[in-house]
Amino acid sequence: MGLVIRTTAELAAITTILLLILATPLAWWLTRSSSWTKDLIAALVALPLVLPPTVIGFYVLVALGPDSPLMALLHPFGIRTLAFTFEGLVIGSLVYSLPFAVQPLRTAFELIGTRPLEIAATMGAGPLDRFLTVVVPLARRGFVSAAILVFAHTVGEFGVVLMIGGAIPGETEVLSTRIYRLVESLDFAAAHRIAAGLLVFSFVALFLLFLADRRFSALER
Amino acid sequence: MQLDRRNLLIAALAGAVAACTEPAASRSVRVAVAANFTACAKEIAAAFQQERGDPAVLSFGSSGAFYAQIAQGAPFDVFLSADAAKPRQLVAEGLAPASGLFPYAIGQLALYSARAGLVDAEGDVLRTGNFARIAIADPQLAPYGQAAIEVMDRLGVRARLAPRLVRGTSIAQAFQFVSSGAADLGFVAQSQLVGATGGSRWAVPADLHSPIEQQAVLLAKASDNPAATAFVAFLKSAAARAIIARYGYGLPG
Repeated sequence: MGLVIRTTAELAAITTILLLILATPLAWWLTRSSSWTKDLIAALVALPLVLPPTVIGFYVLVALGPDSPLMALLHPFGIRTLAFTFEGLVIGSLVYSLPFAVQPLRTAFELIGTRPLEIAATMGAGPLDRFLTVVVPLARRGFVSAAILVFAHTVGEFGVVLMIGGAIPGETEVLSTRIYRLVESLDFAAAHRIAAGLLVFSFVALFLLFLADRRFSALER
Repeated sequence: MQLDRRNLLIAALAGAVAACTEPAASRSVRVAVAANFTACAKEIAAAFQQERGDPAVLSFGSSGAFYAQIAQGAPFDVFLSADAAKPRQLVAEGLAPASGLFPYAIGQLALYSARAGLVDAEGDVLRTGNFARIAIADPQLAPYGQAAIEVMDRLGVRARLAPRLVRGTSIAQAFQFVSSGAADLGFVAQSQLVGATGGSRWAVPADLHSPIEQQAVLLAKASDNPAATAFVAFLKSAAARAIIARYGYGLPG
């Protein structure tokens, strides 16, 4: 049981960190760009919101299998497949939780507008400097929202993990799939215990999100 | 105007309630089918409809999920389980009469790979083969997974294979892992390989594991549904048994 909690927490933490890094430039570009490709990419990023997780999981499974062109790129490094590995789960989670990182960041970036950046530019700040000292502090609310949402969403991830995990203890078995196995093997009491734990965790995470949101908006006023 | 609208709403609600309480499609039979029996059940249902004129409405899923749903009052008439334990438990809980219980198929296990030449005709690949992942159905959930574990024990290869094992939640998912190439090989149901060409396979001898007896049960709430009793009778008929045998199952005596 401890092992499953650890795998779940590690998966969620690593996914959160990686997604914040990946989603920040993406969300920034989506905010600034005015080309039609922006809408195309925005639609692609939002896809995991509407696709059934098992569909995402199936495509990720095929993409991580030994026959996929993606994995062929890794063959020279001695990696044949990433299906049924922790790394594979991280990749699946990145896809699955991407919109939950991009959306709050994009909203936060849009709220900043162009004025603070123009002022910083007139004061001689370079693009990176402007981003780090003006945008990041002003968008901190978006970063906190994105982090909490991605973490909670990854902990609650089920369909994708079910498809690409293979339930290997200590590597790819997480809380949600453990609950499923317990229910399927008719051990309802144990399933209840974990499910109740997850419910409390999710509630606390969302409560913190709203609390943080209010604090930030109070600060900004 | 306000009153009229309210009356209309009440009438609509009353109609909806009446529609719900009316015995929906009283002539049809609803059957919960274990995942491994999917293809076979479809053919049996088609033959049943041709003979009787009544459709059989099939739902496919894992036996564990169906057991839980039936225990919570799911509207099924007949349950075709992948094992013997769950139908027996339904009888023990009073949800089905003991007389409604009967075996309908004996599951056959196969070792399968989507790659040609990986699995040999004796299953020696388990002892000597070089592969990364072998898929099985979760032994806690699926009798085919339990049988796969017994085979590995009997061949003395369980310790060798343990670190390479990936578990699907059902035999359907184990098959999907193997057929997509994500797992190199895996234990699947013989019935899943009927009609499939290519790859390599080993029909696991039945004496390497305890028999996978698949039991069916006519549920108590179906006692007054003639279509349900007719479907059960058809399942025991020579016509249905021929279909079951063709899908690679053993026949109960």
